[in-house]
Amino acid sequence: MANTGKRKGRRERPDLTFGGVWDYAPAPESTDHVDVAERYGLFVGGAWARPRSGKYFATMNPANGRKLSDVAYAGGKDVDAAVAAAKKALPGWSRLSGDDRARYLYRVARVLQERAREFAVLETLDNGKPIKETRDVDVPLAAQHFFYHAGWADKLDMLFPGQDVQPVGVVGQVIPWNFPLLMAAWKIAPALAAGNTVVIKPAETSPLTALRLCEVFMQAGLPAGVVNVVTGDGKTGRSLVTHPGVDKVAFTGSTEVGKEIQRAVAGRGVDLTLELGGKAAHLVFEDAALDQAVEGVVRGIFFNQGHVCCAGSRLLVQEGVHDVFVRKLKRRMGRIRVGDPLDKNTDMGAIHSREQLQRIRELVDAGVQEGATLYQPECELPRGGYWFAPTLFTGVSQTQRIVREEIFGPVLSVSTFRTPEEAVAKANDTSYGLSAGIWTDKGARILWMAARMRAGVVWNNTFNRFDAASPFGGFQESGFGREGGRQGLRAYVRLGAGLLPG
Amino acid sequence: MSSSPIKPDFRVPPVDAVALETRAADLATRSIKKHAKERGLKLVVAMIDLTTLEGQDSPGKVRHLCSKAATPLPRREDVPSCAAVCVYPDLVSVAAQAVAGTGVQVASVATGFPAGRTDRRTKLREVALAVQAGASEIDMVIDRGAFLAGRDRAVYDEIRAVKDACGEAHLKVILETGELGTYDNVRRASHVAMLAGADFIKTSTGKISPASTRPTVLLMLEAARDHFLETGRMVGVKAAGGIRTAKDALRYLVLVNETCGDSWMSPDWFRFGASSLLNDVLMQLEKLRTGRYQRPTDFSRD
Repeated sequence: MANTGKRKGRRERPDLTFGGVWDYAPAPESTDHVDVAERYGLFVGGAWARPRSGKYFATMNPANGRKLSDVAYAGGKDVDAAVAAAKKALPGWSRLSGDDRARYLYRVARVLQERAREFAVLETLDNGKPIKETRDVDVPLAAQHFFYHAGWADKLDMLFPGQDVQPVGVVGQVIPWNFPLLMAAWKIAPALAAGNTVVIKPAETSPLTALRLCEVFMQAGLPAGVVNVVTGDGKTGRSLVTHPGVDKVAFTGSTEVGKEIQRAVAGRGVDLTLELGGKAAHLVFEDAALDQAVEGVVRGIFFNQGHVCCAGSRLLVQEGVHDVFVRKLKRRMGRIRVGDPLDKNTDMGAIHSREQLQRIRELVDAGVQEGATLYQPECELPRGGYWFAPTLFTGVSQTQRIVREEIFGPVLSVSTFRTPEEAVAKANDTSYGLSAGIWTDKGARILWMAARMRAGVVWNNTFNRFDAASPFGGFQESGFGREGGRQGLRAYVRLGAGLLPG
Repeated sequence: MSSSPIKPDFRVPPVDAVALETRAADLATRSIKKHAKERGLKLVVAMIDLTTLEGQDSPGKVRHLCSKAATPLPRREDVPSCAAVCVYPDLVSVAAQAVAGTGVQVASVATGFPAGRTDRRTKLREVALAVQAGASEIDMVIDRGAFLAGRDRAVYDEIRAVKDACGEAHLKVILETGELGTYDNVRRASHVAMLAGADFIKTSTGKISPASTRPTVLLMLEAARDHFLETGRMVGVKAAGGIRTAKDALRYLVLVNETCGDSWMSPDWFRFGASSLLNDVLMQLEKLRTGRYQRPTDFSRD
């Protein structure tokens, strides 16, 4: 045994090499058990319907750019029909006992679990995210949301004691492409638990799992019209949120569209919750568990290719550990396996769409032009489809576009701070306010910092962890309203003066 | 033993237990198939310190063990020998004779294994005798009593003394992580041992539960990696105790592969201390060759 490894010269810094001795063989998840239909209709009134618009549009696999299926385009009349179906189903559904509604939701959750592999594969095909994440995060969490809200369905009076709890009515929901199934579950589960009926519009580029969820609703025997799915583009979404038959609108997506929706529903007595963009600060103090903080930072920005509204895209490191931390982070970035999303060993999959890839490229170019230092590990990107390597910017300043604007991709910017006060000031120097992360070993500092973060979610010594019991939502341009937990249910009920006991 | 003139710095970064375990669990989901599986399993065989540490050990049993370590699967020349056999000091001479010419090393536990509760002179004498009898590797235990009392310097000095007593023999330092209580302690004990000159840091004696766990080994690999990056000196890591299946061993190998990388992917720098693991790995290797599982009785016990 030699006592010095591969150290060559005395002045050369010792370094490590990877992948030269043991490389993993491809381990693709089979797609045999997932049938993708050539064409999907709309799900209205408990049955599949041809679009009155007569139009269909294609949905692609972002990993190879090939068409997966044609999906019905819901025009204005289709949205009318879906809202009418939801309205028709409302009295029956809302008058069911909470206990009975819970039974349906539990059934949906269980069927979703039984068909978990199928959903994971389909989500990976349609979205481009790695099977590891759809299998271990998206699908289990989606099922958890149904389980969790099933539990509340017969206990709403305990959530709002002494008050009369009523559903809002017909809920119009518009969801994004980054967590297609999970967002559908986030939106649908609390709405149904509280006795509302739903018309939901999945994102144009990732509609397949929401459509397959309709099969689960049918399998679970959910009454017709309680959930209706209208696929389409922004125009479809506009028809839905401006529809006079809709009593509440819930939207997750970009800040730009969120503002438009807010204007559209203003003054109409329609309830609204918005979960929008973010530019989260991820803070690492000198006393942090650095190796674990590196993992947290990687999870914070490279999870789901960075297509996460709460992604920790602004890394702020205390000056004394900046160099060592960035070295560790770069080394770790080299270990991220980018490639075939269906391979079980893939850590980062495909960028979701050509448009998104263009946006990422534009902002990364802007970062370089504005003088930040770009780092990307050597990594071979697949041909075909849309890909972008994990990216790190050092030497950034607070004024640069890559620090101000949401990139929604695997791009992290790093700057430093010296004192906790400066950390707070820099972290809050943003128009958003969805999430933040703090890495420190000091308990008192965690509390001090968390109280000062203007963010809806503050993670301590972890990042991008989600749970149905934990409310999620933002401040400022990240929107308002909460989803998940008891707080999330508040948006789906109307409270009146109750019958107070004696 | 005189103390070193330079005051060693025993400070280490803190460890976050939840995030460490999350990372270990995440790496456990790596899917190892086909050629990667075969290559990995052969590497595992080559990394095993085939171990017997029982009161009832006999010269006969040790000779069987040595023969198995030298030729784990007699029908297949593509399956390598194990790295070493690991025995108690009184059986070192038997083992040394049995493995002569095979390339298999003889490792001996020493320093009052497993508890280490004996005086310094006895420990050093035991080490010297084991080396004299033919051990080329010494697996010592740290003084957990001193470590848990915060006397890091005493632990450090003892390791240095044992290292001197080893002479040419390689020193593996058993931290007995199951008795250290926290990951912070594991990290600090790793650091103390490496500073004191350990050639390997090793998780456990196998006599305490929990023995080796994946998060613990991940942490020790991170410590070894950081030590190398800071000083240029490589230190090996040995996971010992409780690793019984090929699947589990491959998960450990993934930790090595993705934490320390190529240089550590060799029996020189990573070892498994195990007894029943070998047969499961052999069974999997035969399964890869034939497409069928053999009966467990097709593989010799020792």
